[in-house]
Amino acid sequence: MLTKRIIPCLDVKDGRVVKGVQFVELRDAGDPVELAAFYDLEGADELVFLDISASHEGRETMVDVVEQVAATLAIPFTVGGGINKIDDMKRMLRAGADKVSLNTAALLNPTLIKVGADFFGSQCIVVAIDAKYDESINSWKVYTHGGRRETDWEVVAWAQEAARLGAGEILLTSMDSDGEKKGYNIALTKAVSEAIRIPVIASGGAGNAAHFLEIFDHGVADAALAASIFHYKETSVKEVKNYLREKGVPVR
Amino acid sequence: MIGIIDYGMGNLYSVSKALERLNVDYIISNEQEVLFDTDGLILPGVGSFKDAMSILKKTGLDTFIKGEAVRGKKLLGICLGMQLLYEESEENGVTEGLSLLNGKVERFPGVSKGSGLNYKVPHMGWNKLNFHQDSPILNRVPEDYVYFVHSYYVKDYKNEELLASSEYDVQVPAVVGRRNVFGTQFHPEKSSIVGMSILRNFVKLVKEEER
Repeated sequence: MLTKRIIPCLDVKDGRVVKGVQFVELRDAGDPVELAAFYDLEGADELVFLDISASHEGRETMVDVVEQVAATLAIPFTVGGGINKIDDMKRMLRAGADKVSLNTAALLNPTLIKVGADFFGSQCIVVAIDAKYDESINSWKVYTHGGRRETDWEVVAWAQEAARLGAGEILLTSMDSDGEKKGYNIALTKAVSEAIRIPVIASGGAGNAAHFLEIFDHGVADAALAASIFHYKETSVKEVKNYLREKGVPVR
Repeated sequence: MIGIIDYGMGNLYSVSKALERLNVDYIISNEQEVLFDTDGLILPGVGSFKDAMSILKKTGLDTFIKGEAVRGKKLLGICLGMQLLYEESEENGVTEGLSLLNGKVERFPGVSKGSGLNYKVPHMGWNKLNFHQDSPILNRVPEDYVYFVHSYYVKDYKNEELLASSEYDVQVPAVVGRRNVFGTQFHPEKSSIVGMSILRNFVKLVKEEER
């Protein structure tokens, strides 16, 4: 039986992991390679590296980071952030990333999904969606530019379109839940996951192990992503998995 | 020395890095003379069966690989590379494969035979191995989880060529082999400790050849 995946997410800026990662036992908590190895040992099923560099130099550095991570890590990893064209995808995948994640670029130019999927295979193409509840449509609207710009897309419609164009997976972030640590957005995740036939990674809102159980049991998520609760050691991948296993959720 | 067959359809980087971690010499090449001088071959693969076979045919690598396998050289196919070892695939129209193993490749139905409900394709993520028989490639490997990404799987295989399987509504051949020819449907290079132990076994088999 396929297991539910637990995916730590690391923000990388100019080649270093940022966002106040706290790892006492690591010599250098900002080193992406060391952190990747740590999470691998902890039992993470995959990793996501989000490049938040603003400068061209920072973006260049990301390619080196990907190469180094790929050289040491024996689990799959996705690279997102700043991937705007087919060349960006090519560079990241050639450097050893298993998947690339498209967000704003896919909304600005949806054929990018198709071109990428045709060229590299659907399994390489993750479409990341930032969604926020909109009362007027009683559903969620899709946002771009790191959640700063609203689009005309309703989330289920966009997820279906992305899947139709060849996306292999959807990374779905609830802007309403993100950072609140009150649990994933179950209604949003369920609505998207049941409407498409590709895996959905839930993101935004993880605060404890029970939240993971909720999103798998009720949100129909295939995987769950979290950042700060793992980085700040509020819980660990191992703890979450032990809890899920006790509750009968298939985990590795 | 292991030869990684470079025919433009695989994530060669992660396979080669995994071999580096195992301290084994390797060479990535599409040239038959170069690959001929190796003690074992790895056939990676990501993409479509039809495209892969068409490149292998065009370059003559299909005949070369078959010849080497018949000669007794150790061969490991990974993911699409494993599927290519079989007789045919229905991906994008029926295409003949290398026919080193018996069976054909079909798409996951996507509808559960038990419940009638839809399930997700590709089969993507970590799934558990169930061992069917002993094999040097599974020596001291735990019956544990490995990482799959695929939409097609092997059907109508011969039981004696099935070494391990996983369940994804249907039985999915996961580790297969006959004599010197092996295949893994999952990515050992992405399957953490379990995957590395399988690669280590393959490397060991190749090194025995060198002696």
